[in-house]
Amino acid sequence: MSETHPQPARDDLKAVEQQPDILAEIQAEVAQDLADERPPAGGPAYQLVSALVVLAFGLGAAVLAWGYGLGSLRRPGPGLWPFVVSVLIIVLAVILLAIGRTLDDTEKFTRASLLVLVGAATFVGLGVLLPLVGFEIPAVLLGIIWLRFLGGESWRSTILVSVLTTAAFYFLFLYALSVPLPHLIAL
Amino acid sequence: MDFSAFLDGFAVVSQPNNLLYCLIGVVIGMLIGVLPGLGPAATMAILLPIVYNASDPVSAIIMLAGIYYGAQYGGTITSVLLRIPGEASSVVTVFDGFAMAKQGKAGTALGIAAIGSFVGATISIIGLTLLGPLVADFALDFGPPEYAALALLGVLLVATIGNGHTVKALAAAAIGLLLATVGSDTFTSADRYTFGSLNLEDGIDFVVVAMGLFGVGEILYNLEERHGKAHVPAVIANIWPSRKELKQASPAIGRGSLIGFVLGVLPGGGAVMASLAAYAAEKRVAKKPERFGRGAIEGVAGPESANNAAATSSFIPLLTIGIPANASMAMLYAALLVVGVTPGPQLIDERPDLFWGVINSMYIGNLILLLLSIPLVGVFVKILRIRPAILAPITALITILGVYTIRNSVFDIFLMIIFGVIGYIMKKTGFEPGPMVLAFVLGSLIESSFRRSMLIFDGDATGFVTRPISGTILAFVVLVIAMPLIKKAFRRRTPSTDVTSESSTREDSLR
Repeated sequence: MSETHPQPARDDLKAVEQQPDILAEIQAEVAQDLADERPPAGGPAYQLVSALVVLAFGLGAAVLAWGYGLGSLRRPGPGLWPFVVSVLIIVLAVILLAIGRTLDDTEKFTRASLLVLVGAATFVGLGVLLPLVGFEIPAVLLGIIWLRFLGGESWRSTILVSVLTTAAFYFLFLYALSVPLPHLIAL
Repeated sequence: MDFSAFLDGFAVVSQPNNLLYCLIGVVIGMLIGVLPGLGPAATMAILLPIVYNASDPVSAIIMLAGIYYGAQYGGTITSVLLRIPGEASSVVTVFDGFAMAKQGKAGTALGIAAIGSFVGATISIIGLTLLGPLVADFALDFGPPEYAALALLGVLLVATIGNGHTVKALAAAAIGLLLATVGSDTFTSADRYTFGSLNLEDGIDFVVVAMGLFGVGEILYNLEERHGKAHVPAVIANIWPSRKELKQASPAIGRGSLIGFVLGVLPGGGAVMASLAAYAAEKRVAKKPERFGRGAIEGVAGPESANNAAATSSFIPLLTIGIPANASMAMLYAALLVVGVTPGPQLIDERPDLFWGVINSMYIGNLILLLLSIPLVGVFVKILRIRPAILAPITALITILGVYTIRNSVFDIFLMIIFGVIGYIMKKTGFEPGPMVLAFVLGSLIESSFRRSMLIFDGDATGFVTRPISGTILAFVVLVIAMPLIKKAFRRRTPSTDVTSESSTREDSLR
């Protein structure tokens, strides 16, 4: 937490005491922190694309639901309810298309988003390897990637935490919960 | 109220196994409350596989419940010490809690928050104990139209009251409703949205969806956020508030508990809204409102009592009617379905051990939490020194291995990853995953109730409105939809005063 000097946040905030007002001080700090931490907003393109994805989803679902048969209100077919919900999605997507430009609640994908991609890839890797070689080796590997390369930990704590965590899960899942998890090492 | 069943509930809780699970639950809750990142709903989602594997499902449910109310205690600690709300429901505690900490009164703030939390929760559990059976009795008359309307109201309130833009939240909820229709239709057994996949024939498992959207989504999202450094909080002393401070805070605790209890019962209400309302109420009744934000003890006591009272009373709609009031309760709903229990008004008669076991475990759990957060608070403060990077792979592994254990299915792992990526992208583009998960969990209930109602009404949809209870609920639905529009029209006519806009932007900036 940076010790920034108190900047009165607003002119209308009259400090009663002589000392710097603690509320104004905290407000200035919060503003500073938020500016540091928040990724920049994504802008109108993000709003447009997300609304279009929702719209496409709704349209696709509505067409499929139509094909399942709507039936009648007296005898609702399998497609009626999904169709009603799809129409609702379409309406909401159209509203989003119209008002999207005024919103600023998206976050830009930055270089840091690549970390997420790597993280998701390790999830997939574990899913692929689990039935082939058991969970121990992939789990240690996932730990190493997350701690050393995504988290910037030292090699010492990386190895320590990965191996200990895997060992703990070995006993937790195989013995404490007796779940048949694919494993290499038989004790 | 069946008093012997209530006492039997204590017999259930006092089994060593259940006590242990209760302890584990509240400690985990406290931990994740202290650690920013995973919220209670995400944690409950990640740990849902335990319900499949635990020897006694009741103990697993007790544990999950403990996570939820335990998190309300833990969230306070980071709010006060670091100005980072551990949970959304502790956001307002930041204002006065951190100001108190700056003045060297961090211990007092934590102490009064713990006492307020305990009092609020206990009052709320007593309310739950007395009111629960009455509500369940009333709800026994509910038919499919009432359930359709009530579940719809629940989804709508969660979408409109929660964080994020309402239209986006509603869109997320609608997509959740649609996802619930995947699989073979229960009425006609026609396949819907399965695309020929046998794995999708039985529908998408809500546990997998919740673990993906909440768990994996949040884990991935946290990877990107820069919070590499561990925080080193100040040393705290004098946890016990003085007699004068207690006297000053006790009316606030009383008001906060009441506000929390009432708001917690409402669908979509829950702890976040209750703490905001309690803070506003304290500021309004105070003789010197300008003290607020500058270390007023009432500003900590009120909201903290309220969020715990609300967390507790939000169990009422779940356990007595079968409608989860918020995302965390949706996880508990999912857990109950997993163990083969359909939450609803019949729960209290069919499974009194479960109903009273869970409720009475909260008396014990809150007592444990009081002990954890007053004498042992130092231990939890030390936990703040653990770097988030170390915890990330551990939660990631729990999630993947956990989802695999549900059905020993690799398909579930990949499905969860897909929903995790969707959850991450939703967070980046301003769509809250909460309403989607809630709508997904309630989706099949809404659809089947809707279709059953149409059969009862013989195709005449006006039946929803003419039945008194479902009509009243639907009137609320209309009110919830119309409210923002009315407000908007009203705001356009009268320019907002400076005071309210100032405080609301301040609250927004901390959210």
